[in-house]
Amino acid sequence: MAASIFAAVPRAPPVAVFKLTADFREDGDSRKVNLGVGAYRTDEGKPWVLPVVKKVEQIIANDNSLNHEYLPILGLPEFRANASRIALGDDSPAIKENRIGSVQSLGGTGALRIGAEFLRRWYNGNNNTATPVYISAPSWENHNSVFVDAGFKDIRTYHYWDAAKRGLDLQGLLNDMEQAPEFSIFILHACAHNPTGTDPTPDQWKQIAAVMKRRFLFPFFDSAYQGFASGSLDKDAWAVRYFVSEGFELFCAQSFSKNFGLYNERVGNLTVVGKDTDNVQRVLSQMEKIVRTTWSNPPSQGARIVATTLASPQLFAEWYDNVKTMADRVLLMRSELRSRLESLGTPGTWNHITEQIGMFSFTGLNPKQVEYMIKEKHIYLMASGRINMCGLTTKNLDYVAKSIHEAVTKIQ
Amino acid sequence: SSWWSHVEMGPPDPILGVTEAFKRDTNSKKMNLGVGAYRDDNGKPYVLNCVRKAEAMIASKKMDKEYLPIVGLADFTRASAELALGENSEAFKSGRYVTVQGISGTGSLRIGANFLQRFFKAGRDVYLPKPSWGNHTPIFRDAGMQLQSYRYYDPRTCSLDFSGAMDDIARIPEKSIILLHACAHNPTGVDPRQEQWKELAATVKKRNLLVYFDMAYQGFASGDINRDAWAVRYFIEQGINVLLSQSYAKNMGLYGERAGAFSVICSDAEEAKRVESQLKILIRPMYSNPPLNGARIAATILNTPDLRKEWLVEVKGMADRIISMRTQLVSNLKKEGSSHNWQHITDQIGMFCFTGLKPEQVDRLIKEFSIYMTKDGRISMAGVTSGNVGYLAHAIHQVTK
Repeated sequence: MAASIFAAVPRAPPVAVFKLTADFREDGDSRKVNLGVGAYRTDEGKPWVLPVVKKVEQIIANDNSLNHEYLPILGLPEFRANASRIALGDDSPAIKENRIGSVQSLGGTGALRIGAEFLRRWYNGNNNTATPVYISAPSWENHNSVFVDAGFKDIRTYHYWDAAKRGLDLQGLLNDMEQAPEFSIFILHACAHNPTGTDPTPDQWKQIAAVMKRRFLFPFFDSAYQGFASGSLDKDAWAVRYFVSEGFELFCAQSFSKNFGLYNERVGNLTVVGKDTDNVQRVLSQMEKIVRTTWSNPPSQGARIVATTLASPQLFAEWYDNVKTMADRVLLMRSELRSRLESLGTPGTWNHITEQIGMFSFTGLNPKQVEYMIKEKHIYLMASGRINMCGLTTKNLDYVAKSIHEAVTKIQ
Repeated sequence: SSWWSHVEMGPPDPILGVTEAFKRDTNSKKMNLGVGAYRDDNGKPYVLNCVRKAEAMIASKKMDKEYLPIVGLADFTRASAELALGENSEAFKSGRYVTVQGISGTGSLRIGANFLQRFFKAGRDVYLPKPSWGNHTPIFRDAGMQLQSYRYYDPRTCSLDFSGAMDDIARIPEKSIILLHACAHNPTGVDPRQEQWKELAATVKKRNLLVYFDMAYQGFASGDINRDAWAVRYFIEQGINVLLSQSYAKNMGLYGERAGAFSVICSDAEEAKRVESQLKILIRPMYSNPPLNGARIAATILNTPDLRKEWLVEVKGMADRIISMRTQLVSNLKKEGSSHNWQHITDQIGMFCFTGLKPEQVDRLIKEFSIYMTKDGRISMAGVTSGNVGYLAHAIHQVTK
C-alpha cells in the first residue's frame, strides 16, 4: 500500500484550557480544585441547569406541534429578534428604525466566525485580507484563531492589561487606536473581559468610542456574559448600546452559553447594526451565503429554549432571577477570597479581585507560581494566572487562599 | 454613509424560491416537490417514534449542559463509525479511523474540506459528479479548494453515464480528490450498481485518488442500512482509505438538530490520533464544540438495542413509502396514456427523482398545475402522497404528451 497522504500530519498541541480539565480529572488528590475552564458551578461545585431552562424544556417536550424540521438558514426568527433585543435594549433606536439584523449562530464562537468571514469578504473593499484586526492583550485565545481562519493576514494586539497596576492600560489602548490604520477592526469585550475581568468604566468607553469614531475604526463586540457579569442585563450591555447611540455601525457576537447555562446547545447570535434597512438586508443576504457553506442552518433546541423564555414576561423574570443567582454567587466568592488574602497578609494588593468582574480574575500569579499551585497544591488554573471564580466554593475558599499565599511567598 | 454600501444583494436561493412561491399559491391542489425533507402520506413532517422515545429517555436522566469535547459526543461518534463501517469492519475494530461530530452533513463536509485545504499537499482539485448537490461547490470553494467534475448523469437515458464516468475518472490526475455519493445520489437518484462500484473502486485505486464519500441517506435509500453503506465498505476493504461525511437529518428525521459526523480512515490508530488533533484545531475557531441534542438522540437510538431495532423498521418504512410512490407515479402515468418511458422513476432511488422534464415543461407544471419543483426537473418524492400522485401523473402527462 502506498504511503498515507496523512503520514506527514503533525500532532497538534492540545487546547490548553481543555488539557487543564483533563489533567484535573486524572488527579487523584482529594483537595483538588478546578479553577480552569469557564463554566458556572454551584457552591457544591456542580454544573447548574437553570430552573427556568428545565421548565421551558418541559414545555417544549410537551408541545406535540413541534417537530425537528430545518430552521431557516439565519435561524429561528423569534430567537433572532429577542436575542438582539436583549443586547440592544427594548427602546433601542436602531431597532425602532429597523436597521438591525441577526444571525443565529453556533455559540459565541460561531457568531464571531460568521462576522469575521463576512468582514473579510465585504469590509474595507472586497476580499481585503490585509485589513488589520486588533485583539486585546490578553484576550480569549480563540479570538486570534477565528480571525486567522477567516482569512485575515494582519492580526495585531492592542494594549489592555497593565500587569504592574493590575488594571486597564487605558492610555496604551487609546494610543494604539490613534496609531491604528483607518478602518481597522477592533474586537471589544462588551463586559467581563476574558481573561482579565477588567472592563473600561463608562467614561473610559466614551473616550474609546470618540477615538474610534474619529479614526473610522470598526467595533466588533464580543458579548459572552450579558447579565452574568453584574446581574443586570442593561448594565452589562451599556457599552454596546452607547456605541449604537453614537451612530456606529457594528457587530455584536452574543453567547447564551453562560447566562442561560446552555453551553452544549451552542446558542449564539450575531447582531448587526447598520445605517439603514437596505444596507442591513444586503449584509444579511451575504451572511446567509456564508452560513450555508459552514453549517447550512443552526440547531433548533437551544434557540427554542431561549426564544420561549425571552418572549414570556413570566419566564423572562424567572430567567433574570436565575442569572442574578449566578452573578451574586460569583460576587460573593470574590469578596470572600479577597478578605481571606488580606487577612493572611498575602504580599501584594488584592482589591483587583473584587474590582474585576465576571467569571474570571487575573490573579497576578506568574507561571512559576501557577506551576506550584498545580503541582504542589492540586489547584488547576491557567498559566496566565487566570482563575474561574465559579470554581470557588465555601468549602475550598480557605484552601485556595492559603495556597495562593504560599505560592506568592515561596515562589518568585 | 455606510460601510456596506458596496455589498451586493446575494442571489436568491433557488430552492427557497420554490417554497416561497408555493406558499403564496392559493390553489388547493398545489404540491411542493422542492422540499428535501421527508413527509408522511398526509404530507406532514414525520417525527420518528424511536426519536420520541429517545427524547423521553434522555429527559428522564436529567443530565447537565456542559460543553461537549471539540470532537463531540463519544457515544455518538463511535456509533456513527460503526453504523457506516459495519461492526465487523477491520478498519473499525483496529481503531484506524477518526470520527468527529459535525453539524449535520454540511458541517461534516466543511470540516473535511478545510482539512484537505490545510493538509492535502498534492493538489487543490476536488472532482464532483455532474450534477451534484448544489451546496457541494460553494462548500469546497469557501474552504479554499477548486472544483472539477466528472460525467455522471446521462440526460438522454435519465440514468448513469457509466462509460462517461469511467472515461473521465481514468483521466483524473493522480492524487486528486474525488467526491462520491455513497447512495441516493442528490439530485438525480441515480446510483451505480454493485458491479459498477467495483469497477469504479479499481479505477480510483489505479489513479491513486483520494476518495471523499458523502453519505446523507444511509438506510433512507433502500431501507437497508448495510446495503446503502455497501460502496463505502467495499472501497475500504479494497484498501482505499476514504474520507466520509454522514448526516442523520433524513434517516432519523433530525434535520434541525444538526447531527452528523466526519470520518477519516487512516493507516493506523496513531495516525488517526494525529489527524484528530488537527481536526480539533480546525473546529475550535469555527464553533468551538458541537450541539448536543441531536447527537444524544442519535446515540441513544443507535446504542439502545430496542430503539435501534425500532429505528431500522421506521427508516425502512420511510424508504418503502418513497419506493411505493415511485411505483404509483409510473403506473399512473401509464394509466394516463403516456407513451414515454418512465422507468427511470423506479430505477432511481432515494428522496429525489430527476424526471427528465425540460424547463418549459417545469414552468407549465408550476403555472398551470401549481406543482412546484426546481428548474432542472428534480422532484422530491417525499412531497408525493397517495392522495396527490394521481394529480401529479395527470399534470406530467399533460405537459409531456
